[in-house]
Amino acid sequence: MHSDPAEIKKSVRSYITVFVMLMVFTVITVAASRFHFAVPMAITVALIIATLKGSMVAGVFMHLLHEKRAIYGALLLTLVFFIVLLFIPLLTILDRVRY
Amino acid sequence: MNIPYTVEARPDTGLHNGKLGIWLFLASEVMLFGALFSTYILLRVGALEWPHGELSVPLGMINTIILIGSSVTMVMAWASLKLNDWGKHRLYLSGTFVLAAIFLVNKYFEYSEHLGNGEGPWHDTFFAIYFTLTGLHGLHIVGGMVVMAYFLGPGAKMWKTNPDQFANRIEITGLYWHFVDLVWIFLFPVLYLL
Repeated sequence: MHSDPAEIKKSVRSYITVFVMLMVFTVITVAASRFHFAVPMAITVALIIATLKGSMVAGVFMHLLHEKRAIYGALLLTLVFFIVLLFIPLLTILDRVRY
Repeated sequence: MNIPYTVEARPDTGLHNGKLGIWLFLASEVMLFGALFSTYILLRVGALEWPHGELSVPLGMINTIILIGSSVTMVMAWASLKLNDWGKHRLYLSGTFVLAAIFLVNKYFEYSEHLGNGEGPWHDTFFAIYFTLTGLHGLHIVGGMVVMAYFLGPGAKMWKTNPDQFANRIEITGLYWHFVDLVWIFLFPVLYLL
C-alpha cells in the first residue's frame, strides 16, 4: 500500500474506475437474472459476476493487490478452511447413498 | 503502557499491529458468514421447492449501489487523510455514515413489508435463512456506524496529536467496511436473484 501523495492520487483514479465497473457489473447481474437461465447456469453466472466484483473490492479498495506476505498467508489459510466449510453439506449426499 | 507498533511496521510482519489484527478478525468473519452460506446451500439443496421472486429486486439493487458507493467514500476518507485534507476526510466519512444509515432505512422498510405480510423467519426455510443472513449483515452495518460515529466525534481529536495513527485507524475501519460491502455483493444475488 502506498503513502506517497502522488501514488495516492493515482490510487484515487483507480478507486473511481473500480466504482464505475462495480456499478456496471451490478446492472449486468440484475439483467442476467431476467434471462431465466436454468438454475445451475443462473447460479454459475451470478456467482462468477459476484466473485469478479468481490475481487475488485478486495484487490483495490482493501489494497490486497499490494499487501504483505503475512496477510496473504493468513488469507490463504482462511480460504482453505472456507472451501472445506462450503463443501461440508456435500456429506449429506453420502447419507442419502447409505440409506 | 503503550501498545507497540501502532504506527511503524513490526519488523517480522512488515505491518502495523492494527492492520494484522483486523485481517485476522476478518478471517474469522469469513468463517462466520461461510458457515451461514454453507447452511443456505444445505437448506436449498435439501428443499423440494425453493421460492423465487419473494424479495424486491429494485430495493436490493438500490442497497447494493448504496453500499458500493459507501465503500468508495470510505476509501476516499482514508486517501484524503494521506493527502492531508482534513475537510474532505470529514466529508467522505460523513457520507459513508449517511449511506450506511440509508441502507438500514431501506432494510427497515423491506423487513416491515415482509413482517406485515406474516413473512417472518418462522414463515418458511427461505425467510428463516434470509432474516438470519441479512440480520447478521445488518448488525455489522450498525457496528461499522458506531465506529464511524466515534471517529466523527470524540475519536477525531487524535488527528491533532497523532495523525499517522489516526490514518491507520481509518484504514482499519475501511477494511472492515469493505468486507461488509463484499458480503452484501454475494448476499444480493444469492437471496434476491437466484
